[in-house]
Amino acid sequence: MASSSSERGSDYEATHVHAVYEDIASHFSSTRYKPWPIVDRFLKALPDGSIGADIGCGNGKYLAVNPHVFIVGSDRSSNLIKIARQHHPHAAIVADNLSLPHPQHSLDFAISIAVIHHLSTPGRRVEAVKCVLEVLRRPSSEEAQDGGKALIYVWALEQKESRRGWDEGHEQDVMVPWVMKGGGEKRKEKGQRKKGNEALTERQEPAEQPKDKTFLRYYHLYRKGELEHDIEEAGGTVVEAGYEKDNWWAVATLK
Amino acid sequence: MKLLTLNFLTCARRTCKTSPSSFPLHPREAELEILESELNLVFLRNILPRLMWSELRGIGEELGLPSLPESPPSREDLVTKPSPAKPSSVTEPSSVEEEGGEGEEVPSQTAKDLHRLLLETTIKEGKLVCGNCGHEYAVKEGVANFLLPGHLV
Repeated sequence: MASSSSERGSDYEATHVHAVYEDIASHFSSTRYKPWPIVDRFLKALPDGSIGADIGCGNGKYLAVNPHVFIVGSDRSSNLIKIARQHHPHAAIVADNLSLPHPQHSLDFAISIAVIHHLSTPGRRVEAVKCVLEVLRRPSSEEAQDGGKALIYVWALEQKESRRGWDEGHEQDVMVPWVMKGGGEKRKEKGQRKKGNEALTERQEPAEQPKDKTFLRYYHLYRKGELEHDIEEAGGTVVEAGYEKDNWWAVATLK
Repeated sequence: MKLLTLNFLTCARRTCKTSPSSFPLHPREAELEILESELNLVFLRNILPRLMWSELRGIGEELGLPSLPESPPSREDLVTKPSPAKPSSVTEPSSVEEEGGEGEEVPSQTAKDLHRLLLETTIKEGKLVCGNCGHEYAVKEGVANFLLPGHLV
């Protein structure tokens, strides 16, 4: 379990989220290349020439999906942005989800993939969603459905089939290890439900190999309905929502 | 950082966003670098209506680049006018149609200039300054950094 909620906030995230990604950037990036199907579908369905933001773009793997739109990818980690900037025709900048440098209501779309769950208090998570929604174009009239759309993805509490085994009723604020193997070439994340054979493999490693390094990242695991709640709270409307492999996702517009 | 990016950026401070003078950000002490990339006519045509032309002109002037025309190019300006079909093509209509393809459009000089300015001209080092609060955002190794110091958040 992570620290109590009163200790959390911006300083806490600087240590337990931002610093970690800065350290694990290239290793993390080498494991992040396959787009998730719902995100892939969302990006490919955009009309050519759409303009959007990938807020918390990490290594920019979603910038590679559709070259007919223009995406400004942003991330807190400058090491990840150095990797993300290779994707043409897009752009990559260093920015904070809570202080985004985009004109309000100017973009056709935004994606926030596996980002909001790193904010460490309920208020900051709602604020982060609000900042994502604020970059979206407003609909042309109250009834119109033509406003900008945001796709938001967060890690789910309900994932008992995963190797981590979290489920309904478990602690939602957790520290998740990122293990960099001694050589740096392989990764293994240890969950709460560690399998016996994994432990065995570790013990069998020759002693002269460089030691593994474990980094802990803070996550708030979303329970069913919580993402929709945060979106409503942030002044958005949920257009579509669902669950995809251990994650809750929602497509939202401005109210 | 590609100049096109400036079309979609403003000051990261919440209090500046509602002020018209915060857009666009002004490049200062900028070291430019040309990074060549393939011209995509469809892409250029599609983003054309989204360009804040007079602001982009202003940025170009501040950077000392050749000045842009006063009004933005039209979609038609981006392609060279197709040359009239030669009579010889009538003799082999099928092969010409299949190989030539109807969509074979040739980018005009205007399209090439626009591509060069927006997608190939990049700020390698320098600053981006908010016209409202005067805050300076650093650009280093081609990456602009919008993280604010604690007292400005």
